[in-house]
Amino acid sequence: MSTAPTRRNWVPYALLLPGLLWLALFYLTPMFTLGSQSLQEGNVYDGYRLTGNVSVYPQAVEAYWPQLIRSLGYAATATVLALLLAFPLAYFMAQRAGRWKNILLILVIAPFFTSFLIRTLAWRLILGEGSWVSELAQRTGATTLLQWLGLITSDSLLNTRFAVIMGLTYNFLPFMILPLFAALERLDPRLVEAARDLYASGWQTFRRVIWPLSLPGVVAGTLLTFIPAAGDYINSRWLGNTQTVMIGQVIDSLFLRVLDYPQAAALSFILLVLIVTMVAVYVRPAGTEELV
Amino acid sequence: MLNWIRQHLLAFAALVVLAYMLLPNLVVAIFSFNDPRGRYNYQWSQFSTEAWRNPCGNPGICEALGLSLRIGLIASLTATVLGTLVAFALGRYAFRGRGITNLLIFMPMATPEVVMGSSLLTLFVMAGFPSGAVNITIAHIMFCVSFVVVAVKARISTLDPALEEAAADLGASPLQTFARVTLPLAAPGIAAGALLAFSLSFDDYIITNFNASPSSITFPMYVWGASQRGTPVEVFVIGTLMFLIALAVVVFGQVLSARRERNA
Repeated sequence: MSTAPTRRNWVPYALLLPGLLWLALFYLTPMFTLGSQSLQEGNVYDGYRLTGNVSVYPQAVEAYWPQLIRSLGYAATATVLALLLAFPLAYFMAQRAGRWKNILLILVIAPFFTSFLIRTLAWRLILGEGSWVSELAQRTGATTLLQWLGLITSDSLLNTRFAVIMGLTYNFLPFMILPLFAALERLDPRLVEAARDLYASGWQTFRRVIWPLSLPGVVAGTLLTFIPAAGDYINSRWLGNTQTVMIGQVIDSLFLRVLDYPQAAALSFILLVLIVTMVAVYVRPAGTEELV
Repeated sequence: MLNWIRQHLLAFAALVVLAYMLLPNLVVAIFSFNDPRGRYNYQWSQFSTEAWRNPCGNPGICEALGLSLRIGLIASLTATVLGTLVAFALGRYAFRGRGITNLLIFMPMATPEVVMGSSLLTLFVMAGFPSGAVNITIAHIMFCVSFVVVAVKARISTLDPALEEAAADLGASPLQTFARVTLPLAAPGIAAGALLAFSLSFDDYIITNFNASPSSITFPMYVWGASQRGTPVEVFVIGTLMFLIALAVVVFGQVLSARRERNA
């Protein structure tokens, strides 16, 4: 990084102060109140007292471990699918699209600016009973395949595990495409040509040249897809059934309907620790400077 | 020949993925012209422009839209100022505490929304601060700042520091250099950050839902509530309008930056 010769050294701190203060107050402090809330006993009407009751944690895990595991599993599956789908599109945009590049980029960003909720509602129409997509799936045998994979149980595509994972993949796909595109745009096409000249097969060229050089984009894209997908519950709520409930849905209903704050806070805290741990292990070689 | 097939296979795969991404927008546009028989806009019945002529026809829908626009404007403007300042500090200065700053900026992007929403709720509950539009705005500023920092910092890192040094050599004060050289050059990054912040705020449901009250229904909350009773066609009209406006803004931005590049 290029840095101007040291000017007055209080200037950077003055620039940082308002933004970091906001994050300290409304991002960091809530993490402490969340932790504190999980260790309190009482109820919403009479108030809570901090009793340090840590048994809420094993209780929460015991009651909701299927939803926790399921959320991480769905998010991981959607992330892998998004990577598989994003790679050809990002590569095409970055390396082959020529003057179509900007138009394709706009088409990738535009749906992302439209309401997430409305687009997820649209999937209910697309996958619903008697829609042309479900007809097509039956005719082509895709329905049978999905049944064999255990992703759907009847002929219906909607309100299934398939629909939830498909919806998660769809909703977070732009977060995968954009970092991948940024990495692949920097890829010098002469490196690919050189590999071909040296008799590398298509697969070898991908494995030894394209893939290693796209890794920064892959790391950023998988994080930006996995994290929101793991906490999301709009897809599981609208496209799934009672067997596809994700952890976000549980936290939402414990906080806002059941009003069991300590248990809800404990689950929220567990989700945070799980994700932070996974992210820390995952990005350790790169560090945060690259990501921010 | 094999190469020709492979090249077109890539283009074909890219098109299929693009179709997957755009299909819901197409469906929303088509169903905005539907005249549903029941309350549920789930099956095509008849062409109608009824909802387009009166998008505010459903009670509460445009109040919710107005609230989302107000919160989006305040939150994105505030987050853009806060985030741009942080990005300048990171992009133009060497200082102690850089690692911890990067970490604090990165963390909100690595935290699931449901955790940020629920933890803020515990803060406001413990502080005895009632839920409502103020809490929503505070929350939106919080999660938008990091995205603004990333967008602005990406732009600043491509700028040549020699330009600022040249301004200083020509006798410009630090403030003049900033106002006449650095700020105009960073403007595209700031604009991108502001747009991103607005769209994130405008679209947020999960964090908003944890901090809202019955009198602060944002547009996404309205859509959520309406979906339980049967989504009105007006929701699809507004969805289509949002898509068209976003498309126009992005195209305008592209044309503007292309012109700047040609003139530069």
